[in-house]
Amino acid sequence: MTEPASDATSDPAFDPAARDRGGPAQPLLSVTGLVKHFGGRRSWRGETKGAVRAVDGVDFSIAKGETLGVVGESGCGKSTTARLVMQIIAPDAGEIVFDGEALGSRALDLTTYRREVQMVFQDSYASLNPRLTVEDTIAFGPRVHGVGRREATGRAHDLLFKVGLEPARFAGRYPHELSGGQRQRINIARALALQPRLVILDEAVSALDKSVEAQVLNLLLDLKAEFGLTYMFISHDLNVVRFMADRVMVMYLGKVAEVGPSDVILKSPSHPYTAALLASMPSMDPDARTEEAPLFGDPPNPIDPPSGCRFHTRCRFASAICANVEPRLAPVARPHEVACLMAQPGSGHPRAAPLRENAA
Amino acid sequence: MAVTTVDSAPAPAVVPAKKLGRGYWAGVLRRLARDPVAVTAAVIILLIVLAAIFAPYVAPADPYKSSMIRRLRPIGTPGFLLGSDELGRDMLSRLIYGGRLSLVMGVLPVFCAFAVGSFLGVAAGYAGGWLNTIIMRTVDVFYAFPSVLLAIALSGTLGAGILNAIVALTVVFVPQVTRVAESVTTQIRNRDYVEAARVSGAGPFTIVRVHVLGNVLGPIFVYSTSLISVSMILASGLSFLGLGSKPPEPEWGLMLNTLRTAIYTQPMVAALPGVMIFVTSISFNLLSDGLRSAMEVKA
Repeated sequence: MTEPASDATSDPAFDPAARDRGGPAQPLLSVTGLVKHFGGRRSWRGETKGAVRAVDGVDFSIAKGETLGVVGESGCGKSTTARLVMQIIAPDAGEIVFDGEALGSRALDLTTYRREVQMVFQDSYASLNPRLTVEDTIAFGPRVHGVGRREATGRAHDLLFKVGLEPARFAGRYPHELSGGQRQRINIARALALQPRLVILDEAVSALDKSVEAQVLNLLLDLKAEFGLTYMFISHDLNVVRFMADRVMVMYLGKVAEVGPSDVILKSPSHPYTAALLASMPSMDPDARTEEAPLFGDPPNPIDPPSGCRFHTRCRFASAICANVEPRLAPVARPHEVACLMAQPGSGHPRAAPLRENAA
Repeated sequence: MAVTTVDSAPAPAVVPAKKLGRGYWAGVLRRLARDPVAVTAAVIILLIVLAAIFAPYVAPADPYKSSMIRRLRPIGTPGFLLGSDELGRDMLSRLIYGGRLSLVMGVLPVFCAFAVGSFLGVAAGYAGGWLNTIIMRTVDVFYAFPSVLLAIALSGTLGAGILNAIVALTVVFVPQVTRVAESVTTQIRNRDYVEAARVSGAGPFTIVRVHVLGNVLGPIFVYSTSLISVSMILASGLSFLGLGSKPPEPEWGLMLNTLRTAIYTQPMVAALPGVMIFVTSISFNLLSDGLRSAMEVKA
């Protein structure tokens, strides 16, 4: 794509590469101990009871320039994690470090952070103000950050062009005059208007037709290459995640079940939940059709999650120890981490490898 | 929507914003113009308003000039097109002049309540939390009184007079407008586009100005227009009780009051101010209904 000469892209404050602080080895985002409980009543002793444990201790990091796919059933805390990272809702606990700077420290206040991290929402219609024209919607963010009206409008037109919508035709339109795919392109342009380095895509293509979905996915890949973006890509569609993601994080009931390179996770998963998710994908091969349900039942109630491993109530390999011991997220291979007792030598699970004497 | 064509297209020149004249309100007006009932109501209101404004030119006689020998003439008497009242004043002229005060009493309290109520309701709805609790519970206290009673009690306390009646009516309507404003704002507040605006770093005042008001003022406005008829009737009621405008002043509610003794001798003439109140308030209601349905259409 040719780059139109404009002050929007030549402005050093908006050049992502110039804002790199920690160097390539520093993860762009690292999150530790993220917790969010909703509701619940606080007893007189100060304990909270009956809270929905939407996100219950999540650690992950995203390297610069990669796409982290986040998958899991609905209600597993994917979207809550996104909203916590985006600071739309305040976490109960946890630390967010962006490019080596802790969020909330003097070096990284919320306003600066919000210029670096942006989000694309799932519902393309609800996420656009019906009373604003397309260009006003896109220009709103830069205007808030003190860019003049003319320049902000110019940047909006540039971005419209970059997301494949001709500015002359679309700039003055209202959201109801656009199709779903066009609206999601506007949402992407709006997210990019602040020249962020990390874009959180929360089910950004899930509501689109398959053909439009493919176009938007390709657009996202193009934009990523052009602007040097890093994506956190949340989806329930494993095929889409396989197409987009470099690494995949599988979540179950507010916790991380497995993280690793997407080709490893999606080919030979170590966690039984990931295996069940993969088995539930419809196959094109009639010989490999799904004969029995890989998973039975609904996810347990997050108000009162199962003891030990949260998956043991639905896991076909569950043994007695799984109800008592909570597995930590531990590496099986170098970049591949699993929270399952079977993958941890000496854990006491019958299927786990025995602990070698010299390993300790 | 083809992605491929874009790559070959030349980079666009940055053209300034060109609104294509199909904004939201243009669409509302267009749909409103296609609604025969709303258009009729609007024409009637326009006629009454114009007649009231240009009363000195339209009215055939002096509305204050009484004549003891020409009292209570029936409708159609030469020189008295709509008859004469109990002091021999020309009814048509008094009805035309009376529209001035009656319309002011109908529109002004609602306008003030619209301004105050929108402010309170949007603040309560967007801020939530303790501010919402304080504002909405206070509003509930006012809600506990029937509106007629509240209006009478307030203007009775403040004393008779047009200004006091306007203040009393405003106080009556503020809680109702506030409630509508609060509920609409609470809905808008959780929309994704408001979250997206928050994510882009905008402060609450910017978000309210750009993203909330535009989506909230329309519904509040429609609701407020439906209050104009109530306000007119309440104002007439206050005048009828002697709490609004004072006698010789022509005002529809007051005229209804002073003519009530003639209900047996000249029922048609005595009913005329009531007819005016009825026609005007129902026109306002029909127009606000039309506005509501014209605004509801999405596309």
